[in-house]
Amino acid sequence: MSGQYIELSDPMPYRFELHRRDFLRVLSAMGGGLLIASMPADAQESGRSGSASDSPELASWIHIAGDGRVTVNTGKVEIGQNIRTSLAQTVADELRVAFAAVTMQMCDTDLVPFDMGTFGSRTTPTMAPQLAKAAATARELLIDRAAQKWSVDRSALSAADGRISATDGRSVTYGELTRGETLVGMTNERAPASPRSAWRYRGTAVPKVDGRAFVTGGHQYTSDVTRPGLMYGRVVRPESMGATLKSVDDTAARAIAGVTVVIDGDFIGVVASSERVAKRAAAAVRAEWQPKGGQPSSETLYEYLRKTAQGGESGNRQGEIVTGDVAAGRAQSTRVFEATYRIPYIAHVSLEPRTAVAEWSDGKLTVWTVTQPPFAVREELARTFRVPESRVRVIVPDMGSGYGGKHTAEHSIEAARLARSAGRPVKIVWTRAEEFAWAYFRPAGVIDVKAGVDAQGRLTFWEFDNINSGPAGLRSPYRIANQRIQFHPADSPLRQGSYRGLAATANHYVREMHIDAIARALGADPVEFRLRHLDDPRVCAVLSAVAERCSWPPKPQPGRATGIACGFEKGSVVATAAEVVKSPDGFRVERLIEAFECGAVVNPDGLQNQIEGAIVQGLGGALFEQIRFADGKLLNGTMAQYRVPRFKDVPVVDIIVIDRPDQPSAGAGETPIVTVAPAIGAAVRAFGEVDTALPITLKT
Amino acid sequence: MPRYTLQINGRGYPVDGDPGDSLLSVMRYEFGLAGSKFGCGEGFCGACTVLVDDQAVRSCVAPLAAVAGKRITTIEGISSGTKLHPVQQAFLETEAFQCGYCTPGMVMATIGLLRTTPNPSEQDIARVMDRNVCRCGVFPRIVKAVRLAASRMNRTTASENRR
Repeated sequence: MSGQYIELSDPMPYRFELHRRDFLRVLSAMGGGLLIASMPADAQESGRSGSASDSPELASWIHIAGDGRVTVNTGKVEIGQNIRTSLAQTVADELRVAFAAVTMQMCDTDLVPFDMGTFGSRTTPTMAPQLAKAAATARELLIDRAAQKWSVDRSALSAADGRISATDGRSVTYGELTRGETLVGMTNERAPASPRSAWRYRGTAVPKVDGRAFVTGGHQYTSDVTRPGLMYGRVVRPESMGATLKSVDDTAARAIAGVTVVIDGDFIGVVASSERVAKRAAAAVRAEWQPKGGQPSSETLYEYLRKTAQGGESGNRQGEIVTGDVAAGRAQSTRVFEATYRIPYIAHVSLEPRTAVAEWSDGKLTVWTVTQPPFAVREELARTFRVPESRVRVIVPDMGSGYGGKHTAEHSIEAARLARSAGRPVKIVWTRAEEFAWAYFRPAGVIDVKAGVDAQGRLTFWEFDNINSGPAGLRSPYRIANQRIQFHPADSPLRQGSYRGLAATANHYVREMHIDAIARALGADPVEFRLRHLDDPRVCAVLSAVAERCSWPPKPQPGRATGIACGFEKGSVVATAAEVVKSPDGFRVERLIEAFECGAVVNPDGLQNQIEGAIVQGLGGALFEQIRFADGKLLNGTMAQYRVPRFKDVPVVDIIVIDRPDQPSAGAGETPIVTVAPAIGAAVRAFGEVDTALPITLKT
Repeated sequence: MPRYTLQINGRGYPVDGDPGDSLLSVMRYEFGLAGSKFGCGEGFCGACTVLVDDQAVRSCVAPLAAVAGKRITTIEGISSGTKLHPVQQAFLETEAFQCGYCTPGMVMATIGLLRTTPNPSEQDIARVMDRNVCRCGVFPRIVKAVRLAASRMNRTTASENRR
């Protein structure tokens, strides 16, 4: 369900009034008849059914030039997860060309097939097979063509290294066969995938495509895009969330040479010839805002979420898992364990802030922007500006990361709105303060967990209620006969949406911490306790791997402790062991060991990089990160105040990748993050009572 | 508005500026030097790091008046022709990046570090490069790249000293 990947509950609406004139023009042209376009409630639903990336025509995916260069089209975005490289590995293998011959053409809505968006660790399990089929189809097509050309049976031909060769020694390059013409025909949906034994580039550590450009500063991001006549825009933001505009005095701003001020409803923006003048102009606008009263703060947040939670008997059935009979399970229990965990909002803090360059030309809007679902942004732009989608082009250059935080279109809309008034292309680069306050957060949550064990120490029931945080990762890997697991939407005071792993970071934390608490209370070994309740051999394998690597069970040592956690998510499995030492200001993580398995590994170095990065990011959510807010304002919404992991915070990281060449390849962008916090939390419990919340805090 | 002349990568760039104008803004949006990146505007993420008289400086909070007349080196100015600087080469070989947005700043900060501390320990790196954030979490590889660059540059210096 697409809603699972993008959980945005409150898109920032822009209803520009500039359209009224245009709209009336359309109406009168139609003789007064009313054209009503349906507007889907959720900005992220594109209204398309069927596959997430649909286009049956081979030529929409692959082009082979006369010189043999292969261009592959995809709507997936490169956000640092290195799919530009791994997808090319897949195509090079299936098409049987040199890796260097393949160029990925990514994320230009005019040039690539429709795509639902880059999220959910979906690229490897869905886009790679799609491209593999297209490449295999193209390969077979070339064999057919050569067979025709030479009047031989295709069984006498083989494809390798960009050539079709016959057993009699004749050969021809792909480029000579296509002469650069468009490939005709449909992708064969039943094209068999090559066996793992035939992998040539996949399974190897191919270096990141264009790596050199990254170290020279030559690699182009959206904020580096220039256009003839480019101007710079800035938006004037409300003083607090939910505030409405009372009055605005733009005299001083307009007095600055070359500045245009755009006021459209509550939207106030400036356009100037340089970025520094735009900054000055925005600061010169005097706007008065009516604050929205009665908003919860980060102190009253959890009580507010609980109060506004939906669900229960008559409520929302989203993300509900019910097996057996929880009441019966309770009755069988000799001990019951209950806890409530508090999960704060956290911010993505992508180093690259939201940026867009918008240009109107001959009634067509082109926007270079940072976003993970380019086609959804195209649709939202079309809807906001009331132009057909065919007159909107969205281009996403490689992004300076996303982590699920760049799904929305507001900066694209803002740039387009300003460009419309300025009559020139406009670039908007959000400030870091805007990126904190006006984007969205990983949802906060209150999570109630209850479980029981019988006299033999077996889990008898499991009740899990997640309020607001989300349904991802709710399912437990443990064998428990009686379960009731529910997600309850609530009223979120802050704008929230997707994050790396979504709610799985919170749900795995609570589940694993609770399992750990139960094991401790029973005097049971936390690894053995888990293994007793685990049937999934893949989860058992990663759990055993980390246990072995940290020489579990650890010899009891004062001031040192090891914690363990495991889980599964998005088709992959993970386990983490955290070695923690006591320190003057609480504790310090000394080593993190993580075992990860995602089926057949496509690029071992890229994978290792992703796992390590997710672990480091997970440290933030585990140890430091939380958004503090009051009266509609963030209290720590700056780089200086919101603590993210830095060099000094990184422990020794020890990664075990289990390659399963016999299994389909799963994605790896998210799952490695989910067991970091609970492993650390479980270790820290050895030093004292740990608050049932994130970030992990030792109660003094 | 006073006029400043900025010496960047050995070339003079004249600019009329206000005291509040940052070096980063004029480099990126007026001089075509887009290699240094904007991440925070607070001097706390390091994506904008350049060298001013061989010292690492966050150009997003460097006012024009403060850097005029000094020797500014950016990511665009450290390779010679097609030959990469040893620090760039080390980052490339270690693949010490994912999205790459922090990379120019990391490279420049590393060059600054190695000038004063040719053989940095992990603690040195953590302390001196505390302002440089890699949100993708590539810190362990970056540390490897820094130490690889250091060892190569020290070998070069040692062999030069022997001549």
